[in-house]
Amino acid sequence: MRDSGVLSPPDEVSLVPLRKRRRTGSLSDRLASIVIKGSAFLTIASLILIFIFIGKEALPILTSSEIQKEASLAKLFLPQPAKEGARPEFTWQPVSKLPKYSLLPLLAGTLKVTIIAILFAIPTAVLAALFTSEFAHPWVREIVKPAIELLAGIPSVVVGFFCLMVLAGWLQSTFGWTYRLNAVTAGIGLSLAVIPIVYTVAEDAFSCVPQAFREGSIAMGASSWQTAWRVVLPAAMPGVLAACVLGFGRAIGETMIVLMASGNAALLTFSPTDSIRTFSATIAAELGEVVVGSAHYHVLFFVGAFLFVITFVTNLFGHWWVGRLQKKLQGAA
Amino acid sequence: MKRVPWILAMGFFVLITSGCGKGPGEMGSKTITIKGSDTMVILGQRWAETYMTEHPGIHVQVTGGGSGTGIAALINGGTDICEASRPMKDKEKEQVKTRRGKDVSEIPVALDGIGIYVHHSNNISVLTQAQLKWIYTGNITNWKDVGGKDSKIVAYSRENNSGTYVFFKEHVLTNEDYAREIQTLPGTAAIVNAVSKDEASIGYGGIAYAQGIRAIPIKKDEAGEAVPASLATVQSNQYPLSRNLFFYTVGEPAGESKAFIDWVLSPEGQKICETVGYYPLRTK
Repeated sequence: MRDSGVLSPPDEVSLVPLRKRRRTGSLSDRLASIVIKGSAFLTIASLILIFIFIGKEALPILTSSEIQKEASLAKLFLPQPAKEGARPEFTWQPVSKLPKYSLLPLLAGTLKVTIIAILFAIPTAVLAALFTSEFAHPWVREIVKPAIELLAGIPSVVVGFFCLMVLAGWLQSTFGWTYRLNAVTAGIGLSLAVIPIVYTVAEDAFSCVPQAFREGSIAMGASSWQTAWRVVLPAAMPGVLAACVLGFGRAIGETMIVLMASGNAALLTFSPTDSIRTFSATIAAELGEVVVGSAHYHVLFFVGAFLFVITFVTNLFGHWWVGRLQKKLQGAA
Repeated sequence: MKRVPWILAMGFFVLITSGCGKGPGEMGSKTITIKGSDTMVILGQRWAETYMTEHPGIHVQVTGGGSGTGIAALINGGTDICEASRPMKDKEKEQVKTRRGKDVSEIPVALDGIGIYVHHSNNISVLTQAQLKWIYTGNITNWKDVGGKDSKIVAYSRENNSGTYVFFKEHVLTNEDYAREIQTLPGTAAIVNAVSKDEASIGYGGIAYAQGIRAIPIKKDEAGEAVPASLATVQSNQYPLSRNLFFYTVGEPAGESKAFIDWVLSPEGQKICETVGYYPLRTK
């Protein structure tokens, strides 16, 4: 490990071999290094532990023939008849004489509410960030920035309760929807949780754009709007995209808001005013009372692993995309 | 390489953390642990508080998590007493037998009535059990089909982890599946809130929670009379949707647990049921 390099003085001093110098370093130095290493190690260890735990509990879906009788991969992803002889359908109905574990309604619900949340959150957050970094008077910025970031501090169960009690009723009476609790209500609630994350990261990206870009653009006769839209935004694009990926990850994994505000009926429809049921809400709602070791229990862990993989792949893809864009921008600069 | 000790340390960490799962049941003999149903957690706590003030030196620890969680804890030896708002399934009883070597004993400790909630403005005066079934299986979707005004029924249900969900499914739906359109909410309080805000809605849950909404009387069948939920109708079993709440122990209760359960079943313990909205057992 090259960790000792962080604490060592510049190269010309390092006549003593690295290992030896570490021993003679002051106690507080060594202590600090242990604490820092310890916390880094703890993060990785807990990630690995969580992954092992979820994976272990999800595995019987693939390996145990007894569990597969009730819930095999085919049953999770292909349509199954609701009763003997009925037309095969995608249904999530785990507590039943004939339990049905189709993941498709849950996947559709998760994607629907995530997309709605993203559609609300990303334009709002990115434009707000552009406003505060490019146009706002410093004192306006001093108020708006902490206010938006404070949104992240509201517990999601409070946001969910607000949606259930206030927002849902207001939206229903305004638009006349049949169902108070639906994907749009939950999506708007969810966007409240996503906005602060996207805003903070995007704002940082905008302030990292070199001042020379703006000065150059203004000097060429561009207005400040043209500068912001055509120079600053493209230059900060990798950061903005990273913000969107983080926001997506938050939206897809958020539990309490959707559990309270979405109605949790596992329907497979395209209408945004129908109730939806998401992966995370399903786990939160059902894991508490499920018989440990039953097919239902293992399916819930499989859902968890599936969610884990989706977020992981999204993040990986986002990372790769941002990196590529960065390279392209640097190449062009 | 210096890398090796770190990998070893990580492995060690994984090992020790996966090993720590000792249940609280093995702690000092003066502690009684109770775990299980969320419906019963307040009831359990009230019993525990009163019992502890009367019996200093004994500690009764009550936690919720759900009937299934409590039963799992009973199977793994993580609790002395399990609270459940549904009867234990045969498969779970078998698990207790094989893991703990003793049969499980089932002790009814209180009665609960499931109320049917509607919005205050709803003009329906009574529903039969069959109509409830049709509503929740999706065969009736409009209030006008049960004598109300012409508007779509928005039906709310508990989550499928709930003992109340299972009870309703068994006794009202006669074990048929809930319709897919039924919306589910976490907790009875959330259902009460949603129903109180929605004119076209219907929901169900413990009668203790029926505030801000109207609990409508139920008819067992077309010919029967409309019965509202009350102490008398639940105790006499006239109200069709009444149920037992249970304690479970491994083997016959013994020692401190037995003393506690005996006290819960005594008139003094039973009196507490009513303070939290449940009903005492029928006196024999």
